[in-house]
Amino acid sequence: MHLSVAHLWLIPALPLAAAGVGAFLPRRARALAAGLAIGAMALAFVLACGALAGALAHPAEHAVANFAWFDFGPATLRLGWLLDPLTGFMLVMVTLVALLIFIYSTGYLKTDANFARFFCFLSLFAAGMLGLLAANSLLLLFVGWELVGVSSYLLIGFWFQRPAAAAAAKKAFITTRIGDLGFLLGLLWLYDATGSLLFYDGGHGVLEASVLGSLAAHATMGGLALSTAIGLLIFCGAVGKSGQFPLHVWLPDAMEGPTPVSALIHAATMVAAGVFLIARIYPLMAADLAVAGAPVHALTVVAAIGAITALLGALVATAQTDLKRVLAYSTVSQLGYMMLALGVGSWTAAIFHLLTHACFKALLFLGAGSVIHAAHHEQDIRRLGGLAGRQRVTFATFAVGMMALSGVPFLFSGFWSKEGILHAAEGWDVSRLPLYAGLAAVALTAFYMTRLTAEVFGGRPRTDAAAHAHENSAVMTVPLVILAIGAVVLGFWGTPAWPWLQSRLRGESAVLGVSWWDGAALMALSVGLVALGGVAGWALYGRKARTDCRAPDPVEAAAPRVYAALASGLGCDAFYAATFLRLNRLAAAAADFLERWVWGGAIWVVAGLGRWVGRADRRADEAGLNAGFNAASAGLRSAGRRYSRAQTGDAHGYLRAMAIAFAVLALLGILGGSH
Amino acid sequence: MNPLTICLLFSGALFAVGLVGALARSNAILVLLGIELMLNAANLNLIAFWRFGPAAAPATGVIFAIFGIAVAAAEAAVGLALAIAIHRHRGSLRLEEATRLKG
Amino acid sequence: MNLALVLIALLTLASAGVALARPNLIHSALLLIASWMGIAAFYLWAGAEFIAFAQVLVYVGAVSMVVLFAVLLTRRSRADLAVGPASAGRAAGALLAGGAVLAVLAHAVIATPLTAAPGGPRSVTVRELGLELLGPHAAALLAVGLILTLALLGAVLLAAGERREPEEPRP
Repeated sequence: MHLSVAHLWLIPALPLAAAGVGAFLPRRARALAAGLAIGAMALAFVLACGALAGALAHPAEHAVANFAWFDFGPATLRLGWLLDPLTGFMLVMVTLVALLIFIYSTGYLKTDANFARFFCFLSLFAAGMLGLLAANSLLLLFVGWELVGVSSYLLIGFWFQRPAAAAAAKKAFITTRIGDLGFLLGLLWLYDATGSLLFYDGGHGVLEASVLGSLAAHATMGGLALSTAIGLLIFCGAVGKSGQFPLHVWLPDAMEGPTPVSALIHAATMVAAGVFLIARIYPLMAADLAVAGAPVHALTVVAAIGAITALLGALVATAQTDLKRVLAYSTVSQLGYMMLALGVGSWTAAIFHLLTHACFKALLFLGAGSVIHAAHHEQDIRRLGGLAGRQRVTFATFAVGMMALSGVPFLFSGFWSKEGILHAAEGWDVSRLPLYAGLAAVALTAFYMTRLTAEVFGGRPRTDAAAHAHENSAVMTVPLVILAIGAVVLGFWGTPAWPWLQSRLRGESAVLGVSWWDGAALMALSVGLVALGGVAGWALYGRKARTDCRAPDPVEAAAPRVYAALASGLGCDAFYAATFLRLNRLAAAAADFLERWVWGGAIWVVAGLGRWVGRADRRADEAGLNAGFNAASAGLRSAGRRYSRAQTGDAHGYLRAMAIAFAVLALLGILGGSH
Repeated sequence: MNPLTICLLFSGALFAVGLVGALARSNAILVLLGIELMLNAANLNLIAFWRFGPAAAPATGVIFAIFGIAVAAAEAAVGLALAIAIHRHRGSLRLEEATRLKG
Repeated sequence: MNLALVLIALLTLASAGVALARPNLIHSALLLIASWMGIAAFYLWAGAEFIAFAQVLVYVGAVSMVVLFAVLLTRRSRADLAVGPASAGRAAGALLAGGAVLAVLAHAVIATPLTAAPGGPRSVTVRELGLELLGPHAAALLAVGLILTLALLGAVLLAAGERREPEEPRP
């Protein structure tokens, strides 16, 4: 059963509909909310399998379904859906992992009051993620990108009454926003330069040869090729979303959210979106490799950042005491690996690692969730222990995941995907540094994962919580088992001898494997490093299991300052707090001062002026007008009284006055007339 | 001396006598009598000018004087009736006491 | 001719002046009759016989009677008949006002160059008067008639007014 690209929109639409309906459900409609979400995701999974089948039938083809969204004047904004092997594999992975985690969540959040809201947000996230994966337009991808960002915020802050959770949600959103700003600028620049945002559009798409050629040929500021500049700006978004250095600080704090959220979003899918983005626009990123004399290649920057992140994450993870924070820094490190792979030229290796990582990291997180749920939300590994006997299924699956992540050879998928990356790094002719960083991280990964497993599951229970832990219900353990199987099996689809996955991704129908001896030296080296790390971890944490919760870590005892630096994340958070946050607070204080004293003062002055004018007006009115009128009236009244005194009532007086007046007037007349 | 001048002086003097009498006496009836004298003086003037003044219509002065007499008589009747009425209310004809129209 | 005029004038003025100076009201009324007779004499001297007789009829005959009636009706005792001037101040003021008016009138008369009309005395017959009154001056005649009627009515009303209300029975 093949799903054609014309119906690809159904896959994101189903969880979106589930989220839309779920938003209006009351809190007590728990079964309905969960059922809607799981049902939509199951259906989406089936459709995704059909889509993958359709894509694999024609691996070299980028099937598109483009449509016009709206037109403004002469130009039309077009969006579209894209179906090729990359999309197909990602859709299947996301829908499968999401389905398993949805089922797991029904057990994990059984006692939570906001059960229905959780599933609504999860469906919203799934819709955004799937839309992002299937998009043929950078704008449509950005829409999905923002949707998953907002869902991440909502889900990290799911227990928003806790101040730490609310702060972590804000930190995640703001940090990724910084990256998204670069993404948006790159998007706008691309549209300005090419007039289109579609990836494949019958020859005129942004990732197609003609447009790429013109983009690479143009030089912009600093001598950079246009494609380099745009690519680096879009990469900023990936740096934020995938937790690369320097925007990685939000990922460890995002562990404040419920563990299924950490598993789904911050391990398997959302953080992988950045890697997926770079893989998707890989032709754009690689366009400047053909240009001679370019000062900086975009992919070099990607590789550098990836290498730094891989090493940084692994170093910090060795000194963490919170179960989920170890896994969070581990995720940061693995994402660095994927970026490293993209940078050194093998995007297929990056995608392979993304798919295997999704499986075993989700497994590790769900296992951690199982432990936390059983131990009544105890997350400090110093206060756990002895759970191997109490939670057998969890322990077994966690061990599988741990071995996959560490890269235990041959049997586990992580080994094969990491080998692909190291092999590509070895073949990079710009520098060997990414290779060395990757190898160092291999040893460190084995070390900290052994430490984690030993502290949590080994020895004796160190607290009552650990002592009373028991295995969880099937709804939580079955997904663990399924993911464990995936963690083993998935590796065999991309071994160097039979790189089925990689060839299909590249659009090749034939699968050309290389012989076992090619790259055997590197393989042997990495196996040795895994063994070194594992043995060291066992020696320090497994052999002499911790007995006291408050006892210091052996590494801490040996090198306390180094341990403290590592535990604080190598000072990144402190640095940001001292600079940007302080600057922000100053700006806020300045704005407050401006608001309160300058604008507020001006308004206060104007208001005071108005009040004064009013008072003066009243005073003038009362003293001037009223008094004037009163005085005039009083004057008139007194004049009237004075005049009425002439009315004496005495008739004789009137007559006398008339006579004398006549005489006077006549006199005046005579005198006047005589002149 | 011009007879007209003498007549006019005569009428003027009569008028002045009437005026003085009206102003000096406090009895209402005597005031009215003074006013009658003043009206008579005016009539005198009319007849004097009819007799000695420039020739005008032959009877105008006499007719004017007739009307003057008529009006004066009417006024005397009404005035004396008023005096009787005042006397009935107040019991006295002293004009100084009739000041109820004082403003 | 002028001698007669002057004599008539002096007699009239004298009787008028004395009439208004007497404290006794009856004396005043009677003396005033004399002055009115004097005025009638003047009218005769001037040649206006009709006016002279009208003067005698109206003033001496009717007005003086009305005055006498009024005097007699408004006395309460013998003392009331003798009413003197209010005060010396009032008399002085009256003399002042009268003197001023007289001075002005006299000056006006003397200062104006008056010429007596030439020709002898004029006369006008009653017939001519009648024709004049009912001819050009008919409207004025009617108006005067109206005035007289109203004055009559008014006088009757004023003088008779209070008697309408029935008297209260005396205890």
